[in-house]
Amino acid sequence: MASLELGAEIADPSQIDAPYGAEAPLNKPQRRFRWGRGAILIVTAAYFVVPFYAGMEYSLQRPTGGFSLTPLSQIASAPGFASALWLSTQLAVITMVVVMALMVPTVIYVHLRLPRFRRVMEVITILPIIIPPIAYSVGVLESAPQWLRNSQYLLAIVYVILAMPYVYRSLDAGLGALDVKTLVEASRSLGSSWLMTIWRVLVPNLRAALMSASVLTLALVFGEFTIANVDNWQTIPVWIYLAPTDNPRINTLVAMIALLATAVVLILIVSLDRSQSRNSRRSA
Amino acid sequence: MTVQSDPHSATSLDVASRDTKGTSRTTGALVRKIRTGAPVVPFLVYVILVLGVPTGTIVAFAFRSNTGRFTWSNIHTILGTTAQTLEFRTGFENSLKLAVVTAVIPGVLGTIIAYAISTSEHPAFKRITAATSGVLAQFGGVNLAFMFIATLAATNGLVTKWLAAIGLDPWNHGFDLYKFWGVAFVYMYFQIPLMVLIITPAFAGLRPAWREAAEGLGASRWRFWRHVGIPVLTPAILGSMFLLFGSGFSAYATAEALTGGTISITPIQIGSILQGNVIAGEQNIAYALAFAMIVILLVSVVIYVLLRRRTSRWLL
Repeated sequence: MASLELGAEIADPSQIDAPYGAEAPLNKPQRRFRWGRGAILIVTAAYFVVPFYAGMEYSLQRPTGGFSLTPLSQIASAPGFASALWLSTQLAVITMVVVMALMVPTVIYVHLRLPRFRRVMEVITILPIIIPPIAYSVGVLESAPQWLRNSQYLLAIVYVILAMPYVYRSLDAGLGALDVKTLVEASRSLGSSWLMTIWRVLVPNLRAALMSASVLTLALVFGEFTIANVDNWQTIPVWIYLAPTDNPRINTLVAMIALLATAVVLILIVSLDRSQSRNSRRSA
Repeated sequence: MTVQSDPHSATSLDVASRDTKGTSRTTGALVRKIRTGAPVVPFLVYVILVLGVPTGTIVAFAFRSNTGRFTWSNIHTILGTTAQTLEFRTGFENSLKLAVVTAVIPGVLGTIIAYAISTSEHPAFKRITAATSGVLAQFGGVNLAFMFIATLAATNGLVTKWLAAIGLDPWNHGFDLYKFWGVAFVYMYFQIPLMVLIITPAFAGLRPAWREAAEGLGASRWRFWRHVGIPVLTPAILGSMFLLFGSGFSAYATAEALTGGTISITPIQIGSILQGNVIAGEQNIAYALAFAMIVILLVSVVIYVLLRRRTSRWLL
């Protein structure tokens, strides 16, 4: 910001007060820094782009040279991949359903009736980010009853907690952009029940927030490694790490696809948020 | 619980007045409070059972002996007071060293990069870099480890080959991707974007008026930074570094996948105890290690919050 102003000043010399003689000494460092900035940004870009290229090259290069897309078709038949994908999908669906059922009514209710409880929710939903996943998994694995300890669905129960911070923040922002009180009063005075109000009035208005919350949950479940690994369940990330494929390039390829998918998902969410804030501004 | 002790929640409720019929005043108020609080109970119960109980277990069992009595011995063990338990002390030392290195270096680099970005005059460029850092800051874990193995593995890594071609094979110059500095180098891939992401707003808060005032009084660029820019930004930069410290200290997946669990840092040690790769009777040590990690994390988060509060005095 600061130097943006500075640049404008230099472009218009009449604005510079002659007695200070500021023109010459200001101009030089500005130009020198331009070079510095270019160099910094190029080195940074290289650090982030080169490993990405290396990963793609390693997984898609033919031994004889040149690239080939055949490894893509080998993923599905790689041993253990299908069951890992199925497990991760199940966990993602269960986590999403539970976290939404738990958070959507609670956050809406707190917004409407218990505004003072928001502080408590904020603190509670920041905890899963602060507590290291590896430490948390110690507590979970030792305190879960044995029957649950033996079930893969323990992971979904735990992922609900890990997803809460993201879901809460999305919903809280989404509700903040709405005039919830008026919407609810209108709906209630027309004789609709609470559940009906949530389902027919609030949820459609929160579509963008709910979308980004579920997509974030999906990304979280498909990326979580720590707890799945120490609990010995082969979800997708654990499979990438442990799978004894005859071709290690397949694992790297799946890892690269997972990274690309994460990028796409996050960009999607950013654009969802942008369109949401634009809508709220228009209605304001 | 919190809800019931909250006086405002009851007054804000208009519907519940019909519940007071026929009951004494205090009972009515209590019923009202419970009614108001009831809808958040499922959420609270879930959090208590799935987050509270496990965390409480960690804290309680960190101080419990095998016979169920209170003891400090688990804590003594992880502090490495005897020769047999020295590995846990080493683990902590390595973890702290790794967290400090991956907080300070990415902290400084991230600040420089964020400054370079913030001086850009193209709003589109700023938007793209902000979105990119948001994405890259999430690139931890197994996938990142595999990407870096393809990049820097001995002899076969792409960059290793490039550097070897000009006679600078890093593996011949003391670099090992699967040891401390290798892991630190990989962590920077998500720590630098994280720093850029959280420090950028601070640069936006440096008011042009301050610089104009400094220039008007004849200050050089260097003196502006020396006396205004850096002092104002220092709490923000330090605070962000504590956040990076926490992120580097608690990371498990990247180190595990990269080194196959061979680097001796605390998260990896906890992982191997949980997977049963230890002598019997060491279970309590996992609690103590987890407890110590949580304490260190809490301290760094509290410092981060305090420094951020101080930052907001100058920067909005």
